[in-house]
Amino acid sequence: MHPFEYVAPTSVEGAVKVLGEHGERARPIAGGTDVLVQLRGGRYELDAIVDVKNIPELMQIRNDSDGLEFGAAVACYQLYEDPGISAEYPGIIDAASLIGGIQIQSRAGLGGNLCNAAPSADGIGPLIVYKAVAKITGPNGSREVAVEDFCTAPGRTVLQRGELVVSISVPKPPKGFGAAYERFIPRNEMDIAVAGVASSVQLDSSGHTFEASRIALASVGPTPILCGYEPGSSGYDDPLAGKSVSEDSIAAAGKLARGSASPINDMRGTIEQRRHLVDVLTRRTIGLAVERARAAL
Amino acid sequence: MGHEITVTVNGKIYAGSVEPRLLLSQYLRDELNLTGTHVGCDTTSCGACSVLLNGRAVKSCNVLAVMADGSEVTTVEGLASGGEYHPIQRAFRDEHGLQCGFCTPGMMITAVDILSNNPQPTESEIRTGLRGNLCRCTGYHNIVKAVQSAAAELAS
Ligand SMILES: Cc1cc2nc3c(=O)[nH]c(=O)nc-3n(C[C@H](O)[C@H](O)[C@H](O)COP(=O)(O)OP(=O)(O)OC[C@H]3O[C@@H](n4cnc5c(N)ncnc54)[C@H](O)[C@@H]3O)c2cc1C
Ligand code: FES
Ligand code: FES
Repeated sequence: MHPFEYVAPTSVEGAVKVLGEHGERARPIAGGTDVLVQLRGGRYELDAIVDVKNIPELMQIRNDSDGLEFGAAVACYQLYEDPGISAEYPGIIDAASLIGGIQIQSRAGLGGNLCNAAPSADGIGPLIVYKAVAKITGPNGSREVAVEDFCTAPGRTVLQRGELVVSISVPKPPKGFGAAYERFIPRNEMDIAVAGVASSVQLDSSGHTFEASRIALASVGPTPILCGYEPGSSGYDDPLAGKSVSEDSIAAAGKLARGSASPINDMRGTIEQRRHLVDVLTRRTIGLAVERARAAL
Repeated sequence: MGHEITVTVNGKIYAGSVEPRLLLSQYLRDELNLTGTHVGCDTTSCGACSVLLNGRAVKSCNVLAVMADGSEVTTVEGLASGGEYHPIQRAFRDEHGLQCGFCTPGMMITAVDILSNNPQPTESEIRTGLRGNLCRCTGYHNIVKAVQSAAAELAS
């Protein structure tokens, strides 16, 4: 490895300063489960590593009536070992308890998963279907970016020189909301998803009609895909709003998601297999989301 | 540039200067001579290098030594106490949970983490918990049996 400087700032300002000075030659490190593997694999060289686990704002968790906000360096286990968060945000927990194995989950978090911007990331789709927002701070102040607008290409994000994600904020799900994430991998083990789907539904008080929905796809495009949405646009074409909860409406959503996918052939799967998986996983995750939504009516 | 760190490993305090690139696995093996922590891959895949960092299993080839400053580390050498094997060590011996033994330190450390959060895991929970650990001798059945037997002993 190219020699690098290790910096462990204790404030957001301190981190922004170092990141601004080094530009692309420095990176934040949260759990390091992506950065250190990439560095050691020679994917890039760095002059400085900025350890963000000593910055209080990046390690905080707040779960109250407004929603859930967790620091960008909070590890997966801190989310799924919290009974309140597990009960209220099961679709996010599906991903947090799936990433790597327990050794990875001891260090890695959803902030790093998001910022790494891998097309296959398991954590991003669930954040999208919960309408999560990334809170960013940089040399020119703070801004918020919806998670569906955050990734711009494989490994690329909206973050500008000197910026870092401070926290991820998830609005409190209303009554009748449910969400789930599932992926397909060739072995029941650590691997990269061949395809993954996160779905969320908002049901009316009867539990029989969809009021709103979101379906987000992983591993079938250069960035995570929110079905019915063009990144950066203001329009959103909800796949299920107004429809009754039925096998037919769910099957139609599966078809629609299949059509939204733009997968490639690679060693993990073919285009056709991935499209098929999107269809199946969409129907499954909507089914599970409906179950969870009805339990929350 | 060296960084001064202080780490408690298996209850003993070590202080020294480390280069930022030094991995915790290298620090343990090369600086502290604790070679029970094995290194089986270069990609953070195999789990052989697992140690407890502040009580939680991590892959030590994926943590910089400097990031462990101020932490408590337990390696396989720290499992036995007072001349007595840890129940997980006895269980691996009794259930033939090892063949060549290369993956064993990482397996036992990870098992300790699993049991500390979930003292009575199901077989499926044990297998899920150990999915970040590879055994190239493929002795998984007896590894799972060993964890079950340790769980039973710890409960009694
Ligand atoms: C064995 C193994 C198994 C894995 N399995 C999975 C899996 O099943 N699913 C999956 O999705 N991923 C998996 N991964 C990849 C990785 O663990 C996840 O992406 C993880 O969530 C990354 O989190 P981290 O905190 O370790 O990120 P880091 O490695 O610390 O950072 C990742 C990227 O984000 C940047 N970054 C970190 N924090 C910030 C911040 N606050 N602001 C701006 N940029 C930041 C870093 O500079 C880096 O580019 C696996 C990795 C390994 C080694
Ligand atoms: S040596 Fe650390 S995971 Fe293989
Ligand atoms: S016993 Fe040989 S690698 Fe597991």
